[in-house]
Amino acid sequence: MARIAIDPVTRINGQLRVEAELSGGRVRDAWSSGTMFRDMEGVLRGRDPRDVWLLAERICGTCSTVHGLASVRAVERALGIMIPANARVLRNVIAASLLVRDHVLSFYQAQLPDWVDLHSALGADPAATSVLSQKRSGWSKSSSDYFRGIQARLAAEVDAGRPGLFGVGWWGHPAYRLSPEQNLLLIAHLVEALDWQRAFMRIHAVLGGKDPHPQTFLVGGMALASPWGGPSARRTQGHPDVPQRNSPDPLSEEGLNLIDTLFSDASTFVNQVLLPDVQLLAAAYPDWGAIGAGPGNYLAFGEYPLDDSSSPALGLPRGQLAGGNLEQVQSINQGNIGESVVHSWYRGSVNEGARGFLTPASGETSPAFDAQLPLASLDGAGKYTWIKAARYAGVPMETGPLARVLVGYAQGSQETGTALGEVLRALSLGPEVMPSVLGRLLAKAIEATVVVTKARGWLLALRQHLGTGDLAVADISFWDQGSWPPEAAGYSLGEGPRGAVGHWISIRDRLIDRYQVIDASTWNASPRDLNGQRGPIEAALTGVEVADAMQPLELLRVIHSFNPCAACAAHVLNPKGTGPFDLRVRTREGAG
Amino acid sequence: MSEDGLYAALVRRGMSRRSFLQFSAAMAAALALPAAYGPRIARAVEAAPRIPVIWLRGQTCGGNTEALLRSADPSVASMLLDVLSVEYHEYLMAAAGSDTDLARTSAMDRYPNGYLAVVEGAIPTAAGGAYCLVGGRPLTEVAREVCDGALATIAVGSCAFDGGAPAANGGSTGAGGVRQVVTDARLVTLPGCPLNVVNLAATIVHYLALGNLPPTDLGGRPLFAYGALIHNQCERRPHFEFGEFALSWGDEGAQKGWCLYKLGCKGPETMANCPTVRYGDGVSWNVRAGVGCVGCTTPNFWDAMMPAYKRLGSPAPFLPNLTVDQVGIAVVGAVGGAAVLHGAGMTAREHRRNVVARHAEQAAAKRHATAQARHEAELARLAPTAATTPAAATVDQTPVQQAPPVDTEPARPVETEPAPPVEPARVDNRGPVDDQPATDDQPATDDQPATEQPEGR
Repeated sequence: MARIAIDPVTRINGQLRVEAELSGGRVRDAWSSGTMFRDMEGVLRGRDPRDVWLLAERICGTCSTVHGLASVRAVERALGIMIPANARVLRNVIAASLLVRDHVLSFYQAQLPDWVDLHSALGADPAATSVLSQKRSGWSKSSSDYFRGIQARLAAEVDAGRPGLFGVGWWGHPAYRLSPEQNLLLIAHLVEALDWQRAFMRIHAVLGGKDPHPQTFLVGGMALASPWGGPSARRTQGHPDVPQRNSPDPLSEEGLNLIDTLFSDASTFVNQVLLPDVQLLAAAYPDWGAIGAGPGNYLAFGEYPLDDSSSPALGLPRGQLAGGNLEQVQSINQGNIGESVVHSWYRGSVNEGARGFLTPASGETSPAFDAQLPLASLDGAGKYTWIKAARYAGVPMETGPLARVLVGYAQGSQETGTALGEVLRALSLGPEVMPSVLGRLLAKAIEATVVVTKARGWLLALRQHLGTGDLAVADISFWDQGSWPPEAAGYSLGEGPRGAVGHWISIRDRLIDRYQVIDASTWNASPRDLNGQRGPIEAALTGVEVADAMQPLELLRVIHSFNPCAACAAHVLNPKGTGPFDLRVRTREGAG
Repeated sequence: MSEDGLYAALVRRGMSRRSFLQFSAAMAAALALPAAYGPRIARAVEAAPRIPVIWLRGQTCGGNTEALLRSADPSVASMLLDVLSVEYHEYLMAAAGSDTDLARTSAMDRYPNGYLAVVEGAIPTAAGGAYCLVGGRPLTEVAREVCDGALATIAVGSCAFDGGAPAANGGSTGAGGVRQVVTDARLVTLPGCPLNVVNLAATIVHYLALGNLPPTDLGGRPLFAYGALIHNQCERRPHFEFGEFALSWGDEGAQKGWCLYKLGCKGPETMANCPTVRYGDGVSWNVRAGVGCVGCTTPNFWDAMMPAYKRLGSPAPFLPNLTVDQVGIAVVGAVGGAAVLHGAGMTAREHRRNVVARHAEQAAAKRHATAQARHEAELARLAPTAATTPAAATVDQTPVQQAPPVDTEPARPVETEPAPPVEPARVDNRGPVDDQPATDDQPATDDQPATEQPEGR
């Protein structure tokens, strides 16, 4: 039996170490370890709730805006603030654009080198690649010359004297199956994806001033101001006319046109490049529809509120599938969310609550690193990660695009059902392949196509709504803290591209008293819990065949299929205990 | 030019000659050099080899890498992936696990003192460095190894500058910037949350074209980017002058694009070039989008510049504004094969230019002190209870916005033709723009603050 370690797991955010015990060419057991911790809760405490979102936003720079949004929502719930419709739609547009961008990038930049042999592409025939491209889709960049140029750039990148980013890798590994032309085609699309997203993310820069970390969220709505006189009016200025230099007012006709154009280009890219490429992989690697399933429980908090009620309909579904039942969606009860730190580098609370998972306000928890440095092996280590084990009703849950697609499908969502059905039919695969590495890839591509279409619809609705003369983008009636109760608590449940995100806060004396975050990767990249149940990545790795222990490419495929973010997963420590806050603290009357 | 060179890489990438010249001009503008420097940069870049880079990540959200990837096409920083030869970057590289150690160490062996170290994120020192491990080793160790052997280290983002978010009040991991851990390496810092990647590109091009790293303040921040107040470049400054303020979110003032001073904008206290280089291919920056500056290039801004939506209650922490010419003749000579330019003749000219530049800076210092004092009086008049910026103390060494004078004209202050009143200079990727004027008749532009406190952490 051999024990291997992959540290660092590259092409992810944050620092992740994975160890696996191999026996007979298969993984017998696996451990997922986050090796970086920031103590964000420590720095979030004591801050003004109206701007704490700026700091919470810095939990992640790849999924920029996810945590900022979750933070303002938690504060708004604590204070009973309802935001204007325009703000709700703008938030959806921002979140949707991030999701589409992240799905494209996380596939091409993070996952492609696991499936595509870059060095094989150097021997491809550009003319044959051109034929292949034109057969697969109407995407315009498909000439022989174009592929020849990409090939030349690639060759220059990987010359022997200067390996660069792609020089060192497990090229030639037997697990690579694509032809040289298929490899070249996909690599060309990787380069294009990098170019495409640069332009696409101007949506965030236009709406929020910069990207990553646009700044436009407010407790109460958005800081965007409609142009005086409305979107169609010309900007009136009494003073020196400041040249705008191709920088439109975000909510002017020009600004909204720009955003719509970018979404239109995104729709083309996702449908003509991303989806066909994922299908190409699926056709070449169908056996990966039976590898890396994980625990088979799925959690989705839902996202994109579609109306302004206190329990809005959602664009992406909320629900959970557990116990192997993929047809009956159960509701989410926050009280079932908890964390275990038995196997994480924290001192556990003596008063671990119901089911053994930590609840707030009981006992003390603090960092307790007990390993020897340098870390040679996690073998035998009781505690082995900075990531806590998030569990739902004591059960490990996978979260992310696959969870959302399965929950949506089971709930009867028409767009999801249609898109999924078409893709599976074209590949001659049945729905049973979905709980797998391949399923995660397919779900991500499908979700991107569905969301980009929805987002364009929301943008149109926004324009129409602004056209009625309702230009309100923020409700600032709570801005003056004089109206706040002495204590308040709130939370938000939503979805980032990688999966479910929850923020829980309490406010005391107008300052943040406690802050807790459970992120997608706190679910997916979690360690064992106090009952010894493995986290989803650990479970998904178990049983996977590895051809070469020195080059465990297959394990990278499984890990990357979750697109974990080890920065988000391990950052929050509440000195008074972890887990969602005790929401019996009295909130503002009438708050939802 | 060599097939492995920078220019060849750009050509392979499909950059046309015209785009290349525009890129060079844009870099000249970003560096606040006169337009005449565009062709000079083009010549240097043509001859330049690609610079090897080892990029380390500490306690980071990854935003600076994302900024790198979001940088605008076709010119400026998007060329970084071809301009630089990134030999190690955990987020981008194909290799995984111990193969990454191989990639990193072989790059260090192949280019001793010839590679750039880039550090993103804070480095935690508590618990023996256990709060950030890479390959099982504390980042404190890896960072020292990599930075000590580098040609120079560039700290990108606020966390690598001074610890940033994890080092803010309440953080317990002993997080700090690169300087906390790596004391000997030559360091340039590019704070910002995240940094503006145009400044990273410009710093590197400065090195390629002029043979040295740009002059910096004592915090390591290049003066071309961090030498001027946001307030003095902001397109809403006319509204400030006329007393037109947005008073609450979404009100008439906000809709008309008025000054955000009363909603907490930290522009008057923050040194950066966001209004001129902007973000997203020049599409926008905070104030353009209707939110005030939060001061993210300032030391310890998560504590010093908060709350974001209120004026400060105590003086802002500035860095001492002394110019440090970080690359002397000896260092230029030492870079050897990695240096792209000319040789002894060049280095002597460099030296003379630096001396000349210092004379020019001193000559301009007095003018700027006067302008600064006038500006502070203005702020005090508008908001008598607002924080006073640090008192205008002695400013013997206040430099101008860095703009090396032409060889043949020693000791003449940098001047260009006068620009229209308070028109902020904007770096447009499509061509160079005129520099800010530096005459007594104009309102304060390109100021340095009078005094700055050394960074605490």
